[in-house]
Amino acid sequence: MSEPLLSVTNVGATYDNAILALSRVSLTVGAGEIVALLGANGAGKTTTLRAISNLLSAVHGQITGGHVTFDGRRTEKLGPAQLVAAGLAQVIEGRHCFPHLTVEENLIAGASALRIGRRQLAADVARIYGYFPQLRAKRRLPAALCSGGEQQMTAIGRALMARPRLLMLDEPTMGLAPLVAREIFHFLRALNRDENLSILVAEQNATLALRYADRAYVLEHGSVALAGASAEVRERDDVKHFYLGFEPRQRRQYSSLVSQVGT
Amino acid sequence: MSFFVDVLVGGLLSGVMYSLVALGFVLIYKTSGVLNFAQGAMVLFAALTFVSLTEHKLPFAVSLLVTLAIMVALGWLIERFVLKPLVNQSSITLFMATLGLSYVIEGAAQLLWGTEVHGLDLGIPDTPMQFGSVAISEFDLVAALIAATMVAALTLFFRTTRTGLAFRAVADDQLAAIAVGLRLSHVWAIAWALAGVVALVAGLLWGARLGVQFSLSTVVLKALPVLVLGGFDSIAGAIVGGLLIGAIEKSAEVYIGPFVGGGTEGWIAYVVALGFLLVRPAGLFGQRELVRA
Repeated sequence: MSEPLLSVTNVGATYDNAILALSRVSLTVGAGEIVALLGANGAGKTTTLRAISNLLSAVHGQITGGHVTFDGRRTEKLGPAQLVAAGLAQVIEGRHCFPHLTVEENLIAGASALRIGRRQLAADVARIYGYFPQLRAKRRLPAALCSGGEQQMTAIGRALMARPRLLMLDEPTMGLAPLVAREIFHFLRALNRDENLSILVAEQNATLALRYADRAYVLEHGSVALAGASAEVRERDDVKHFYLGFEPRQRRQYSSLVSQVGT
Repeated sequence: MSFFVDVLVGGLLSGVMYSLVALGFVLIYKTSGVLNFAQGAMVLFAALTFVSLTEHKLPFAVSLLVTLAIMVALGWLIERFVLKPLVNQSSITLFMATLGLSYVIEGAAQLLWGTEVHGLDLGIPDTPMQFGSVAISEFDLVAALIAATMVAALTLFFRTTRTGLAFRAVADDQLAAIAVGLRLSHVWAIAWALAGVVALVAGLLWGARLGVQFSLSTVVLKALPVLVLGGFDSIAGAIVGGLLIGAIEKSAEVYIGPFVGGGTEGWIAYVVALGFLLVRPAGLFGQRELVRA
């Protein structure tokens, strides 16, 4: 395989210089790939994405080691705005639409890192409405008054306004109805196929994510516990135990399962 | 009755002057959550700079433009050298920084322009004009018009330009704003520059009213009850809050003053603000959270 679009090498991160969030995370996303980042609450999924997009400093976090390369460029000296302009957009956890801005204003704000004219901007907004027709009907509504699904669409549309080559999403299906969650992944898959958009998606819903992703990484306690093609990861008994809850009364730590398998 | 209307109109018009000062606070508070105590010092600095330039025989328009440029530059410098290094600090740290800043600005004004009191004549006569039975000072009327124009311009800027959109986005959700690639420092620099412009307008009008002197920076204290009433993050609130405080002050002076030996103007605004804090802490127009029912 040629040089991956994104490579994360041994990245460690802390919050407030005290709380260890990532110890040594390494992962890659190739051009045209969908990669899933799985793991329980607190495993480090969000921190990993923030470390990649240099958002850590905005939330009292620091990268303590390792490095990130996007499209052949080291990212540690780039600000979040420069990264977005370089083609790396992120849909942050919990959607975070601008609540008092209308849906359309939210989308326009997504193009902030680009220098494009008004006509081009209007065309790009129309493109997003093409993806999500129901947003067009809500274009004048404050985003806070839209449904959860519509807010997620707005957040994704806003990120796509930056014309990314790699789209990172942090739990895009959180709090959404199963049908809407599936629609979102279906849309991501189509976008990946039709426009060759690379996608890195952090998700708790492992079953759903593994169905659409090419590869997956499982995070645990701030480091990668398992990596592989989605089909392989899906078939692992330990993953089934851990995520699909075959033994809900005995939820075990993933690492203890691995060590059991080893002995 | 006509006497009451007279009092009320006088109060509303003097309230406009409070609104002008409060407006500068709102611009910065909305975008960065910083309560800029130095706004009063900026008002003083602007007025003093303008007066000193005109006293050096510069024409009115030139003085105005130069002062405008200086205020924009000052705002930008404050953002760059005071607030940017303090990013992610607690709001009390930022507040203390602006408190210190207000002394630095006052000191700098003193060094540059000296300490004597200057008269400022904007060429607007302060003579009463008769509207039916109500007499209104021409100066107050012009001040109100200028304030209205400025609010209209700001509203237009926020609603129709992309920079204005960036402003509102940053005010709404900072993390999301960073994530979509907005540069907070740019937005903040513009907010401070705009606050500088507002300070200039307020400084000229207040300076013409009271004379340009160091007590001018204490108008900041009158802006606080205005902000409590109107809400710290609302432009409309700054205007309405200012009008209310002005009207309350003047009516209290006339109708309550005689019973308590006068001098209500000094404290009534703060008492009203205190009462307001108990009932409606976000202020009349303060942004409450917008959620789907």
